[in-house]
Amino acid sequence: MGLANELNTYLTLSGVLFAIGTFGFLARRNAISMLMSIELMLNAVNLTIVAFGAFVPDLEGDGAVIALMVMAVAAAEATVGLAIVIAIFRNRRTPLVDEYDAMRR
Amino acid sequence: MRAWLYLLAAAIAGAIVTTPALLVLILMGGSFDDALVASLGTLMLVAGIAVVSMRDIIRCGLAMIVCFLALAGLYVTLGAPMVAAAQVIVYIGAISVLILFAIMLTQDKAAPSRLVFQTQAAPAAVAAIIVGVLVAVAAYGTDWGAANKVAHIATDALAQIIFGSDRPQYMLAFEAVSVLLLAAVIGGVFLAKREDPSQDAI
Repeated sequence: MGLANELNTYLTLSGVLFAIGTFGFLARRNAISMLMSIELMLNAVNLTIVAFGAFVPDLEGDGAVIALMVMAVAAAEATVGLAIVIAIFRNRRTPLVDEYDAMRR
Repeated sequence: MRAWLYLLAAAIAGAIVTTPALLVLILMGGSFDDALVASLGTLMLVAGIAVVSMRDIIRCGLAMIVCFLALAGLYVTLGAPMVAAAQVIVYIGAISVLILFAIMLTQDKAAPSRLVFQTQAAPAAVAAIIVGVLVAVAAYGTDWGAANKVAHIATDALAQIIFGSDRPQYMLAFEAVSVLLLAAVIGGVFLAKREDPSQDAI
């Protein structure tokens, strides 16, 4: 019994978190909910990277560095994504993505 | 009457966190580290499910903060305290607050009573379950050459990896990230600002 000393524990946790994020991205109607689901998926991938860095001897230390880079890129992504959502909201007066149908009509 | 409901909710939340830890500790004979990982992992997954399934989007944002906090705890158990600190500072301190602000800017009063999910919610759930099962099968089916103990990475060793002169492979990425952040700030301001204030009602 070594839950904390098994790579597979962390990989399974991050896989399930990624699946939750996938469901949220595909199923939610609110654009900001979809952005939050993207954040969940990015965090799941980050957990995978840190877990590999902690358990695989060749990657020792590299995992943490790559995770920090991913965090910075995720911060940039959140900034631009939320700015886009706010810009669309200003024009369409709704945060729901299925009402953004200007190009289908 | 209302106070009892809050107490009940707090008791359920405490049970969600402590039950897996006690199960691992007593029934499966794990160590305290195992109990900590089970507890934090359960908290992370429950908070994640709350993020994608709750009706009130403000509560989704608050549940996302709980999810990120549990994830920071998992980073600590993985021996990466610097990543955990960055998780708290960047995700909880910056991104969650940004998302909460965006929620408050785009909320209307009818939002919580409307439909939360698209019509394709059931296929989306099937696809998500397939993704999770595939990842778990791939994780368990592959020999990663992993050690059976966590390698702790201290903060000065991390700085040595990024800035040290013996292995400067991340220097370019570090500088590129700073340029990317500057571009994102300028782009965010440009996208979110009003073009012509006289045409806008609010």
